[in-house]
Amino acid sequence: MTIIFAIFLLTMLVITAVAIVQSSNLFVSVMLTSIFSLLMSINFFVLDAADVALTEAAVGAGITTVIFLSALALTATQEKPNSSGRGIALVVVGLTASLIIYATFDKPRLGDPNAPVHQHVAPYYLDNTMEQMGFPNVVTAVLSSYRGYDTLGEVFVVFAACIGVLFILDARTGTGPMYVARQMTGLRHHLIPQVVARILVPFIVLFGLYVQFHGEYGPGGGFQAGAIIATAFILYALIEGEQAALRAVPRSAQLGLVICGALLFGMVGVLCMIMGGEFLDYSVLMENPVTARQIGIIVIEAGVGMAVCGAMLSIFHAFAARSAGDTHETV
Amino acid sequence: MIEGLHLFVDIVSWILLIIGSICVLIGGIGVLRMPDFYSRLHAASLTDTMATLALLSGMILQAGFSLAAAKLFAIMLFLLLTGPTATYALANSALLSGYKPKTDVLEKKVS
Repeated sequence: MTIIFAIFLLTMLVITAVAIVQSSNLFVSVMLTSIFSLLMSINFFVLDAADVALTEAAVGAGITTVIFLSALALTATQEKPNSSGRGIALVVVGLTASLIIYATFDKPRLGDPNAPVHQHVAPYYLDNTMEQMGFPNVVTAVLSSYRGYDTLGEVFVVFAACIGVLFILDARTGTGPMYVARQMTGLRHHLIPQVVARILVPFIVLFGLYVQFHGEYGPGGGFQAGAIIATAFILYALIEGEQAALRAVPRSAQLGLVICGALLFGMVGVLCMIMGGEFLDYSVLMENPVTARQIGIIVIEAGVGMAVCGAMLSIFHAFAARSAGDTHETV
Repeated sequence: MIEGLHLFVDIVSWILLIIGSICVLIGGIGVLRMPDFYSRLHAASLTDTMATLALLSGMILQAGFSLAAAKLFAIMLFLLLTGPTATYALANSALLSGYKPKTDVLEKKVS
């Protein structure tokens, strides 16, 4: 049954990918990309990777679509016809595809417990997580403790990406006369979506907090929670207009979230060094190493959540401010 | 007595699941076969409301009195709130952007 479902999903993925390439309307492409992410997330779930599925659904299908749409508001909706260089592209794609297909001949069977990737460090994590961390979700343990350096790197990638996007878009500080002039954004005249969204926003934030702080026991953690909470604020911005959203979470608070999140993660590592351990070795933080690790993980997950949430919101608002400024100029 | 009750709940839940599946199927066929955007949306909204209600009620009955049932109920509430709202928002923005409903299809077919 799972096999049939997986084959169905993968077929749908291929069809969606071909449709994305074929469509010349960029709006259609963006919506298809969202569908692609959703299918991918179901696929991850079929493979029992609930944490990744949650991330893909929240980031890939949710936030990325909104950011793509706000980017499209700045550019054209139709793809420019481009016929040059097709031959080279075809050769490159053909070569890469045949290389990848050739490489799959050596691949172990899907889910084979004797595959090299499952024999390296994975058995150690599976055996020791419960004893060393005191909670059952191995993914969270690997992500935030065993492989803490990688996650720290990811948080700084998010941080750098956010700063980069803000520089490229030349985000305004939100005090100029251009900014005050726009009151017509949002769906102010659409009563029904507004009422429903007002009911939903607090529950989405609540669910985000649940995902954040239940990450040790169920699928979830900082990345997913940050994305979900950012979704709630973006929904608020779409419904009530950007001004209201910026009143709720001003730009300084968004940037503060990104910076504090990244710093919090780093500071925990430095604190571990001050307490006499190694960088990001939480066991020295308290008397009991298991409790110490749990506290360390909760703190750094909070840092990850803050950084992701702040980054998503800053990027969205940078796009929104840009498009609003442009429409004002044309008026 | 308990056995009979279990059987009854099982039968009811399967009837609901089948009704829900049929609604999804009708919605899918409708999206493909209907003549214009609004009628297609009308068909698609069947999957948001009727199918959601029937399928998730069926699943709740299958789950019994448990945490899973509570979660399914929360999901059902969420979908019943957002689905029709999304349909409404889509239709409204289509109308506002000047997309006129096709009104002459039926007359042509009748004449």
